[in-house]
Amino acid sequence: MYQYFYDLTGSVIISTLITAVFPLVNVLLVALIGVYLERKVSAWMQDRVGPNRTGPFGLFQTIADFLKMLQKEDATATDIDKKLYNIAPVLVFAGSFAVYAVIPFSSKLIGSEIEVGLFYALAVSSFVVAGILMAGWSSNNKYSLLGAMRSAAQIVSYEIPTALVVLAMVMFLGTLSLSKISEMQTAYFWNWNILGGAEFGLSKFLLIPFMLVGFIIIFISTLAEVNRTPFDIPEAESELVAGYFTEYCGMKWAMFMLSEYGNMFAVSAIVSILFFGGYQSPFGYLGNTLGINWLIPYEQAFWFILKGWFFIFVQMWLRWTLPRLRVDQLMTVCWKYLIPYAFVNLIIIGIITLL
Amino acid sequence: MALKTETMVLNMGPQHPSTHGVLRLELEIEGELIVNVKPHLGYLHRCFEKHAEAMQYNQVIPYTDRMDYLASMGNNFGYVLAVEKLLGIQVPERVEYIRVIMAELQRIASHCVALGTNGADIGALTPFLYLFRDREYILSIIEETCGARMLYNYMWVGGLSHDIHPNFVRRTKEFTSYFKNTIVELDNLLTYNKIFIERTANIGVLPAETAINYGATGPMLRGSGIKFDLRKDDTYSIYNRFDFDIPVGQGLQGTVGDSWDRYYVRVREMEQSLRIIEQAIDQIPEGDVHSAIPKRIKPPKGTVYSRVENPRGELGYFIISDGNTNPFRVKVRAPSFVNLEILGELCKGHLIADVIAILGSIDIVLGEVDR
Repeated sequence: MYQYFYDLTGSVIISTLITAVFPLVNVLLVALIGVYLERKVSAWMQDRVGPNRTGPFGLFQTIADFLKMLQKEDATATDIDKKLYNIAPVLVFAGSFAVYAVIPFSSKLIGSEIEVGLFYALAVSSFVVAGILMAGWSSNNKYSLLGAMRSAAQIVSYEIPTALVVLAMVMFLGTLSLSKISEMQTAYFWNWNILGGAEFGLSKFLLIPFMLVGFIIIFISTLAEVNRTPFDIPEAESELVAGYFTEYCGMKWAMFMLSEYGNMFAVSAIVSILFFGGYQSPFGYLGNTLGINWLIPYEQAFWFILKGWFFIFVQMWLRWTLPRLRVDQLMTVCWKYLIPYAFVNLIIIGIITLL
Repeated sequence: MALKTETMVLNMGPQHPSTHGVLRLELEIEGELIVNVKPHLGYLHRCFEKHAEAMQYNQVIPYTDRMDYLASMGNNFGYVLAVEKLLGIQVPERVEYIRVIMAELQRIASHCVALGTNGADIGALTPFLYLFRDREYILSIIEETCGARMLYNYMWVGGLSHDIHPNFVRRTKEFTSYFKNTIVELDNLLTYNKIFIERTANIGVLPAETAINYGATGPMLRGSGIKFDLRKDDTYSIYNRFDFDIPVGQGLQGTVGDSWDRYYVRVREMEQSLRIIEQAIDQIPEGDVHSAIPKRIKPPKGTVYSRVENPRGELGYFIISDGNTNPFRVKVRAPSFVNLEILGELCKGHLIADVIAILGSIDIVLGEVDR
């Protein structure tokens, strides 16, 4: 991205600034739109109107909420571990924010084009667990502690199926770079990995069912990793009030919410990069047809954001339809079903790739 | 070396999202496992019974509204039946029909809340809002007639406060035909949802014998497979004129008497209430709803116990009269209070998340538990 803006503006300062600020702006925008959309989507599903007072269609509702959060008194309970209590929201936010550095919004709009992007994304997103545990422990509240314990167990367990599917995909694709993975699925939608990848042949058709299984496994486990229903057990509001962030208020609480919505988009992005062509358009580019080359990166960004929001919508859809599982059932789903299937899937995809 | 472990005490409530009001549960837990549950009551105690002694008989009625505030019509019904029994009043046919229709509408509204909150506690928020939307429909029908949404003071000793609104019959018919679809929708969305079944089937199993020993009534008792409904077994008002079934728990998804059965019994009961309303709504005779209201209520010396089938179970009023205009003593047998006692027994050995599911399936109203 730096190179792209350097070519565009010719200024080191401006291009550096844009590259640095880009992920932050992204994560904030995603959170703002995400919270608004969650309210609207839930309202549509529940036969309600949703926010409609602040601005047209209530569009400024989250901004108003955000301003309210900023003004709130930072009330803290007594007998808490101040240091950990204050670091935790920052750490949680940093974890989800750092993923945005490597997400390729288009072939040009990518914060940092590192070779191990996929590995990096998995690594920093599991950073969140530390923050959650710190929040739960330092709050000196039993609900928080229980929520944190549940959350740690859940995120750590569900990283295994995620990693297994990612491993299968890496074996198949031969790269860890997120932009290279997207590049490999170029041109038309039948080149997407969910439909067996770009290479045409017998293996492509053999792969389709296993890619589908892989997609389902990674989608379910990412749902659990970002604590969404039916896996929102750590913050199960009817049981644990708000789980690990029960004691937080004001901006610190907003940090947790920000990171939740940030995470939602991050995992949706990774799923769409791995299986749905990343920023690639499903049917060619307008820029190619018209011969306007500069249009292509923006078209790609459009497709990428569309895919990301589609998966966020599916997550919301599930949240407002399904009840929540219990802790032990959650673990059963992970260890008894997802991990064995992911293993088998890994082996089969490996064999097909070798053939 | 053996590791020394301690149980943790977790206070759930009185301010907690899903203790249905101000119930406080003292949970003794080992990790997530429940060792013991101690309910603490009294946060909503308003001295109803003592208060009633200082009131004239008809002045007590608004206070009965505030006990089980989700089923106020049923509360009114039980009280006025008791006083009428004491006085020996025969109320007009029209009043009887309207009372039954109101009580059944109220039962549906009350079950809507019970089922909705049971689902919401488990994490399904959408059915909760659908059911509240339909409850609002019922409340608006009732509001049109008596002017209040929740606390009606509608049934008076010997009659009713108002005759029904001209729109009442039409709107009630519209509601019954509309609500059948909602029940189908609810079945699809929540009742047979795999996750919901996983969360409630075989959870909090209440064997029939235990239910009887504790004195459980209403859907709690019927969920355990015992066909006992006061509308049939100790019939009052004109319930013997209508044709309806008593749904009981059959253990369709697990064991008889589990949380899912209690939930299921309520869903099917709503259908039976619709049946009663459909039969009654066409038969309402002409008449004056005020004609039998006594000018002055001064019953002879004596005692009376009158019970009705409220949405939560047997609601009984025991009234002692000393021949004055005020009751000497009013004692209420509150179904929620009796049903809540079983909670500790049901929760043992389950997880924290199950306590919520079980509590939701017991369906308590704290206004009635504490009175």
